[in-house]
Amino acid sequence: MFDTLQDRLSDVFKGLRSKGRLTEADIDATMREIRIALLEADVNLSVVKGFISAVKERCLGLELSKALNPTQQIIKIVDDELVGILGGETRNVRFSKRPPTVIMLAGLQGAGKTTLAGKLASWLREQKHAPLLVAADLQRPNAVGQLQIVGERAGVHVFAPQPGNGVGDPVQVARDSIEHARRRLYDVVIVDTAGRLGVDAELMQQAADIKEAVNPDEVLFVVDAMIGQDAVNTARAFNEGIGFDGVVLTKLDGDARGGAALSIARVIGKPIMFASNGEGLKDFDVFHPDRMASRILGMGDVLTLIEQA
Amino acid sequence: SSSNNVLARALADLLSVDRIDADTWDDFEATLIASDLGVGPTTELTDALRKELSVDGVADPETARRVLRSELLRLVDPTLDRSLNLDSEEGKPAVVMVVGVNGTGKTTTVGKLARVLVADGRSVLLGAADTFRAAAAEQLITWGERVGVSTVRGPEGGDPASVAFEAVASGAENGIDVVIVDTAGRLHTKTGLMDELGKVKRVIEKKAAVNEVLLVLDATTGQNGMMQARVFSQVVNVTGIVLTKLDGSAKGGIVVAVQRELGVPVKLIGLGEGVDDLAPFDPEGFVAGILGE
Ligand SMILES: Nc1nc2c(ncn2[C@@H]2O[C@H](COP(=O)(O)OP(=O)(O)OP(=O)(O)O)[C@@H](O)[C@H]2O)c(=O)[nH]1
Ligand SMILES: Nc1nc2c(ncn2[C@@H]2O[C@H](COP(=O)(O)OP(=O)(O)OP(=O)(O)O)[C@@H](O)[C@H]2O)c(=O)[nH]1
Ligand SMILES: [Mg+2]
Ligand SMILES: [Mg+2]
Repeated sequence: MFDTLQDRLSDVFKGLRSKGRLTEADIDATMREIRIALLEADVNLSVVKGFISAVKERCLGLELSKALNPTQQIIKIVDDELVGILGGETRNVRFSKRPPTVIMLAGLQGAGKTTLAGKLASWLREQKHAPLLVAADLQRPNAVGQLQIVGERAGVHVFAPQPGNGVGDPVQVARDSIEHARRRLYDVVIVDTAGRLGVDAELMQQAADIKEAVNPDEVLFVVDAMIGQDAVNTARAFNEGIGFDGVVLTKLDGDARGGAALSIARVIGKPIMFASNGEGLKDFDVFHPDRMASRILGMGDVLTLIEQA
Repeated sequence: SSSNNVLARALADLLSVDRIDADTWDDFEATLIASDLGVGPTTELTDALRKELSVDGVADPETARRVLRSELLRLVDPTLDRSLNLDSEEGKPAVVMVVGVNGTGKTTTVGKLARVLVADGRSVLLGAADTFRAAAAEQLITWGERVGVSTVRGPEGGDPASVAFEAVASGAENGIDVVIVDTAGRLHTKTGLMDELGKVKRVIEKKAAVNEVLLVLDATTGQNGMMQARVFSQVVNVTGIVLTKLDGSAKGGIVVAVQRELGVPVKLIGLGEGVDDLAPFDPEGFVAGILGE
């Protein structure tokens, strides 16, 4: 496994006696290690560069304290900056004053949209909402059936007037779902869409058409936490092609560092709203920037210790 | 894509200065990192390039590009055997298991692979050993219908090992050439699920040898792909990698490190969601993709 930033920096500072200030060579070596740690966490390269110069700035003026060793002090700075980019407070779903509130899910193939649709529905139901799931992926084999099972598990109704597997018009289904929700008094509509690539102009247009048909209150970009350097390209393509309001990170129950979170938050500037961490309906949480920062750095406990020092 | 422009720019920078400085090399390295190649292979590659350019003296753009391409190609190793081993014992089917983390494209790959084998004149049977995910078996059955092969399935939530066994047994009984077993997506960190996967393989082996264990990696995957490959290899002895979703903007550079560390070759690539979107891995094409050629 990769070395944590903690280990890397400890190596850099091994020979260092408390000198009051870090030398330029210390700082350069430090920045190199931070750069590698972030790249190994899949933080986008351009984001790493900007990030490093911000951290370097702060390290240059750093008065070494007695309470913390240099490693701890620098990690604290890095962590601060990370949390700053990831966003201070989490934003909740914006509910429409005139129901139904419409939430549209979009993202790459296999990111976890359909699973998330079920989780959101179940979560909303617990909050006494009446959600309706909409099967607007008519492309992937048995996507409709998958959503129906997910809906059954979550105990919510699924609007699925078309069989899918290439049959039916997803834009029409999405449009009709709103009328259906109004008539049946569902107050939240969750639209599951087919996975699509950032480079697929035709399917991106289809998603934009779905968006126009349902006029969503929230478009959520669903992204796999294991994604690498392409995260930014993809997020940008979805933001330009459809436009989204928030991000959901999935598969956080694995050991991916999830540098994509930082990259997308930095480049697109949209909040990360939810974290998905399992295949079950309840494996889902609002996003915590501080936890994500520790995760990217690969050091949960270390930070708590530093906070206490 | 933009990463290619970065590379082009980095190369141009590289060549516009007489003495190449550290920053330029950093930029150059960083460019390779944008393909998810990883810090290790990138450093190795740039070191090799640096050495070669210094031996040859002043380099022109063409030379630099040629050296880079050949160094990358060396890392990818065109000499590896990338064919599927489908030789089976008399009266028994060859067995291919398809494994990987969630949502990488396993089921789709099973469908596309069946198509290739059928076109090759072989009889194929699918085993739906993903009994867990919602509508997973139905998805596989739909794929089977598309490419004209049958699927053995079990009850939802049933034991995946017994479905796999049934499929292989049925394949043996009916003189089928190849049985392809689709498995549920699982994160390599979940020991219970990984144990289950090991069991699926062992149970199949009571009936017939497993010829190929194909690990499906998503080309968008970053450095985590290495962990996935390590753990799956330990548990079920991966014999080949399928790199999917190469039709997107991701380059799939992580497979370079995976292939090198584990010695497991990339055998196939996925290029879309259609029945014919599976191709043999071509090292030259892959390298060209990374270099944006
Ligand atoms: N471990 C884990 N698996 C997840 C998570 N979210 C989704 N999955 C799994 O990831 C796979 C893909 O999830 P889906 O919900 O089908 O993804 P999708 O984005 O709808 O996929 P397409 O419709 O094909 O584009 C399934 O095996 C899910 O069970 C998560 O947070 N953790
Ligand atoms: N663009 C593109 N999409 C692909 C490719 N391979 C698979 N997909 C899509 O990726 C999504 C997930 O594919 P699946 O075959 O269901 O993946 P899986 O690994 O079986 O997923 P789980 O069983 O849920 O773990 C689907 O929407 C597929 O259509 C590919 O090569 N290119
Ligand atoms: Mg889906
Ligand atoms: Mg599957």
